[in-house]
Amino acid sequence: MIWLLLAVFTPLAGVLLLALLPRAGAAGWANLGFSALSLAGALGLATRVLRHGVLDAHGFRVDAFNVYLVVLTTFVGLTTAVFSRPYMYYVHTDEKRVSARGMRLYHSMYQGFLFTMLLALTTDNLGILWVAVEGATLATVLLVSLYRTPAAIEAAWKYFILCGVGIAQALFGTVALYFAAQHVLPAGANGLSWSTLYAIAPQLEPRVMVVAFVFLLVGYGTKVGLVPLHSWLPDAHSEGPTPMSAVLSGLLLNVALYAVVRMKMLTDAALAHSATPELAGHLLMGFGLLTFLTAVISLHRRRDIKRLFSYSSIEHMGLMSFGFGVGGPLATFAALLHMLVHALTKSSIFVTVGHATHIARTQRIERIRGLIRTQPAVGWGLLLGVAAIAGFPPFGIFTSEFLLLSATMQLWPWLTPLLVLGLVVAFAGLFRSTQPMVFGAAPPGQYPVRANMLPVLTHLALVLLLGIAIPAVLAHWLDQATQLITGRSLL
Amino acid sequence: MNLGALSLLDQAVLVLAAMALFSAFALLAQSRLLAAIHVFAWQGALVAAVAALTGAASGDVNLYISAAITFVLKVLLIPWMLHRLVRRLALERQSDPLPYPALTLLAGAAIVVFADWVAAPVAQFEHSATRNVIAISLAIVLLGMLTMVVRRQALAQVLGFMAIENGLFLAAVASTHGMPLVVELGVAFDVLVAMVLFGVFFLQIKDSIDTLDIDRLSQLSASVEQDEATEAQR
Repeated sequence: MIWLLLAVFTPLAGVLLLALLPRAGAAGWANLGFSALSLAGALGLATRVLRHGVLDAHGFRVDAFNVYLVVLTTFVGLTTAVFSRPYMYYVHTDEKRVSARGMRLYHSMYQGFLFTMLLALTTDNLGILWVAVEGATLATVLLVSLYRTPAAIEAAWKYFILCGVGIAQALFGTVALYFAAQHVLPAGANGLSWSTLYAIAPQLEPRVMVVAFVFLLVGYGTKVGLVPLHSWLPDAHSEGPTPMSAVLSGLLLNVALYAVVRMKMLTDAALAHSATPELAGHLLMGFGLLTFLTAVISLHRRRDIKRLFSYSSIEHMGLMSFGFGVGGPLATFAALLHMLVHALTKSSIFVTVGHATHIARTQRIERIRGLIRTQPAVGWGLLLGVAAIAGFPPFGIFTSEFLLLSATMQLWPWLTPLLVLGLVVAFAGLFRSTQPMVFGAAPPGQYPVRANMLPVLTHLALVLLLGIAIPAVLAHWLDQATQLITGRSLL
Repeated sequence: MNLGALSLLDQAVLVLAAMALFSAFALLAQSRLLAAIHVFAWQGALVAAVAALTGAASGDVNLYISAAITFVLKVLLIPWMLHRLVRRLALERQSDPLPYPALTLLAGAAIVVFADWVAAPVAQFEHSATRNVIAISLAIVLLGMLTMVVRRQALAQVLGFMAIENGLFLAAVASTHGMPLVVELGVAFDVLVAMVLFGVFFLQIKDSIDTLDIDRLSQLSASVEQDEATEAQR
């Protein structure tokens, strides 16, 4: 319990203290410190859960599924804080795009974002989950408009309105779910508690659950970036500060997907004996595939480097939704692994992109040239990151995509060619833009910048490790989560 | 459905909910901003009254608290903040007529029919009054979304956003006698923060673009040609 409190509430303390800390330099270090403490708490929590099983107390519930996302969230939070400290300091002092007040807002809300993410993951109450996910929007919306350019303000407005409206649908779904639960539960029971709901799921009224699931899917799906409600995502990623893009892609999308998967577990149980037992899975598959294919096509002809990689995030979220939709232990295991490797790879790519845009002083792909000449570390970082995200062996994304394709081959063989074709088109789109950025002739007067490649190195090394050999502990851990979601274990 | 067979309380709740639905239509069509803010405040009052009545019927203290929070937030605080914004941005005289009023209102009517259809499965284990209120609340949510889609004025969009919250609250009160208090408090907090952020945003938008017409906020887009338009600007 103490570890849980340390992990979740350290960022909350960070919100308050960093809002008061006037010096931008010190705030960067403090931000790092809070994130490290939170990671320490998460690691302690994970050890506790792995040893003693589910932790369920005082309105929190931590099981195998969410504890791995908690560790991932705090880890990416820490490495991005490592990157963000010098990066934002440079933006503040050299580029002068952010005022001292802006920096205070930035650091405070960085911790605020981490707090809402961790609260959403660990809470047992589906209502609090909604409040936390909405809170994440509120925490990040002012960060998207941090640079105060018209484009940034427009992106933030779009993000705010679209996510706000989307998430309102999720609240309606939550109300419908609560309604269904109240007809089964005795008076006084907490009908929003995940533990309670999961125990009584088979008795929930199927038709109400269908309505609830559709609303929740649309609501949280907006945050996942599912087509057709994805248009906020490239704008918010491209106009906000780069560390924000890294945590949005790496963490927020995962947490929203986590909420959808939890709902799917309930809906599957409730619909098990109805005429359409796999309705939830089919909906997820359909939206996932549509998202994947739309994003894959959008990867071509991008002009802004951050927009390019945000479409790649949409693509991978589509794949994960598809995987969870297919269901069964193999596809679920693949989707869980994919959540992990995608978050690690994509945040490392955004860190590299942050350095690349500082070198070229622009986000336009056609003006970013010759990175590997100017600064080999950044050039290699981008090249390897893109190789990893495109699904090259031996990186971890290859493993998860391969598992996902195998599962599709077993259950839906006629969809496999579509997926393979999509992956090839995505690969072409990514490399078409990346190759000249890395190898092209460097324009005169382009100099290296001070770059901290440690986060990139750590993330890519982890992804490589996951691709070559998944450690037994982690495999067992993911298998427990698979068992929780599908009822069957893979290993 | 035989309305006369319902208890007096159910009838009162139904009438109030129907009036809230009417106010959602008024919000959709009202072109003058100040009048629209007043309509929103009335809608909040109606929803709070439904919560208080349901509380009186069930004797649930939580519902009184929810009703009080809603009243303070939706009837007093948020309309007051919006009023102040309107004065600060000198928008008192601004009107924002709907592009296709007849078409929009027909779409609104279609939304009500759709909401009624979605709420149909509820009928089998609830008496008909609750089912109708759920249908109405869903209609208010969807009408709020329609308001956000058709209105071009940023402030009118915010009113649509807040009307969605009213609809959600009505749904929670009618179907389940309110969510657990901690959730209600969380939602109220989020709404309040959202309102403050909207205020900040208006000032930012006004500073950088010098208008609150959302049509001007369309330089960025997912589509390729607009992507290029942004590039051309830089």
